[in-house]
Amino acid sequence: MSARAYNFAYLDEQTKRMIRRALLKAVAIPGYQVPFASREMPMPYGWGTGGVQVTAAVIGPDDVLKVIDQGADDTTNAVSIRAFFAKVAEVKTTTRTAEATLIQTRHRIPEHPLTSGQILVYQVPIPEPLRFLEPRETETRTMHALSEYGLMHVKLYEDIARHGHIATTYAYPVKVEGRYLMDPSPIPKFDNPKMHRSPALQLFGAGREKRIYAIPPFTEVVSLDFDDHPFTVQEFGAPCALCGAEGVYLDEVVLDDKGGHMFVCSDTDFCEDRRAQGFGPQVTEAAE
Amino acid sequence: MYVAVKGGEAAIANAHRLLADRRRGDRSLPAIGIEQIVNQLGLAVDRVMGEGSLYDRELAALAITQARGDMIEAIFLVRAYRTTLPRFGISVPIDTAAMEIERRISASFKDLPGGQVLGPTFDYTHRLIDPALAEDLPVDAPLTREAPETASPRVTDLLAGEGLIEPDGVVSSEPPGDLTREPLEFPLSRELRLQALARGDEGFLLALGYSTQRGYARTHPFAGEIRIGEVEVRLFVPELGFEVVLGRVRVTECQMVNQFHGNAETPPQFTRGYGLVFGQAERKAMSMALCDRALRAREFGEDIVAPAQDEEFVISHSDNVQATGFVEHLKLPHYVDFQAELDLVRRLRAEHASERKREAAE
Repeated sequence: MSARAYNFAYLDEQTKRMIRRALLKAVAIPGYQVPFASREMPMPYGWGTGGVQVTAAVIGPDDVLKVIDQGADDTTNAVSIRAFFAKVAEVKTTTRTAEATLIQTRHRIPEHPLTSGQILVYQVPIPEPLRFLEPRETETRTMHALSEYGLMHVKLYEDIARHGHIATTYAYPVKVEGRYLMDPSPIPKFDNPKMHRSPALQLFGAGREKRIYAIPPFTEVVSLDFDDHPFTVQEFGAPCALCGAEGVYLDEVVLDDKGGHMFVCSDTDFCEDRRAQGFGPQVTEAAE
Repeated sequence: MYVAVKGGEAAIANAHRLLADRRRGDRSLPAIGIEQIVNQLGLAVDRVMGEGSLYDRELAALAITQARGDMIEAIFLVRAYRTTLPRFGISVPIDTAAMEIERRISASFKDLPGGQVLGPTFDYTHRLIDPALAEDLPVDAPLTREAPETASPRVTDLLAGEGLIEPDGVVSSEPPGDLTREPLEFPLSRELRLQALARGDEGFLLALGYSTQRGYARTHPFAGEIRIGEVEVRLFVPELGFEVVLGRVRVTECQMVNQFHGNAETPPQFTRGYGLVFGQAERKAMSMALCDRALRAREFGEDIVAPAQDEEFVISHSDNVQATGFVEHLKLPHYVDFQAELDLVRRLRAEHASERKREAAE
């Protein structure tokens, strides 16, 4: 075996066409999980193989790629995937949300609003929103076919009966264009409203589970709730300790072993951008 | 003060450099050659070829050394390489009856045409660690004899002559499915199920096969036959109008013969479980055959009561490359989701505390 050159963006053209066909079907039926012949990738299953295959199928030489994990560009797996495409597709990469044409993400949607023409590719571990209620694929496919989503409402209702509110904080189920129940991937429910009527194209790839689904631009994406228990997102008590941003998702950073901690932006690009613009920590009298 | 977790890129590069160092180990010792692995760790090579679904001994050996002997990692390397290879065509089914046999045993007949051939087996060895192997002492050449003139028909063919066992079935004119090129959809056809089992994790299938012997979907199996040896791989070339031999592969085939009491349509007869694996991999082939038979429960109208009979359960979890990836992905950061859960638990605890306080006050 000699060292061999790989095709542009690693996958061979036939495989890309197969994935693109699945993507077209997914865009045509928003929220529907399209089976596709997921390939073995040179990174492990569960580490973004679905997202990587979708990115490889849609990326072109002129694209500018951004890869984030937990909202950050510098987490190890994001670095690894960005380096992969820089190597096999020789595309320009960026950490700036506004500059990117293609963004692959794990667990977050960037704070900076996405615009028309941008594509957001999600890495999805378990595409089936009903999976933990019904482990069998044969059953859940029938449930989707019949729009039989009572089980999920019962689950959410049981949460309310037990805790007084819905106890799902991430991978919070959504209804797409009034038809399919969809797993938004394990993004915090904080990010769910960003999916609704987004001008960007949102593509979801689950490699191990061999499913692709999509939300075309300006599609209705509604988080499930009840009239008397409307959907709400997480709120943080304090602004970002670095840039002072409010209304953004924050990570808790443990400072010592005495309970000291601080909250900083999960979206590192957003935070850096604000600090470059001169924003800093908000001065509060409540400094401990 | 908070220090951002930066420098992922440099950390990865350094970690891989350290990995390369640990893989090589003490530089004063000679590196293991690929030929040495192919020759002296042949069964490890066979396992990597089988579960990696790629018949290439040198490549498997290279993967084993690159993976530092971690078999699942080696299998993964082979799979990731395999997926980039073009598929030229589908071979003519291999003929295991025409196998050049090195080992062939039947547990259901004392003697049979072609005879019992033990071959290179661990069976009947006493598992006593041999200190002599620590030194490179000369090893005797094996005793061999001419291959017998008589053919060695498969035991299942012998039984089929009397109609005692279900027939082989008709070969479909449709090209067989390929689970590496099409998404799996349950329920599976038998050929796809066998493909999945053939690349399934040896340990997982062993445990499931074992469970059928212990009463979880009992199938009353007999090892009708196990044969190991080389078979020709042929390709029909339409342009030429005839079959061309591409080469030879070594395979292990196991045919389990199982009791079946019959039903309204079918008289009592034996049924089969089938196992076929690259290389010499007897444990895997036997486990595969046990699982195959258990998974045919639906076909025979048997009650599905045990994990080994549950196709979705077995096939969805048999692939060790998928399994290891997803289990190990828990190492990746999950702090965004964990933050959401932290927030929830804090809120629930606060509500719990205020509830207790309110109750105490009442």
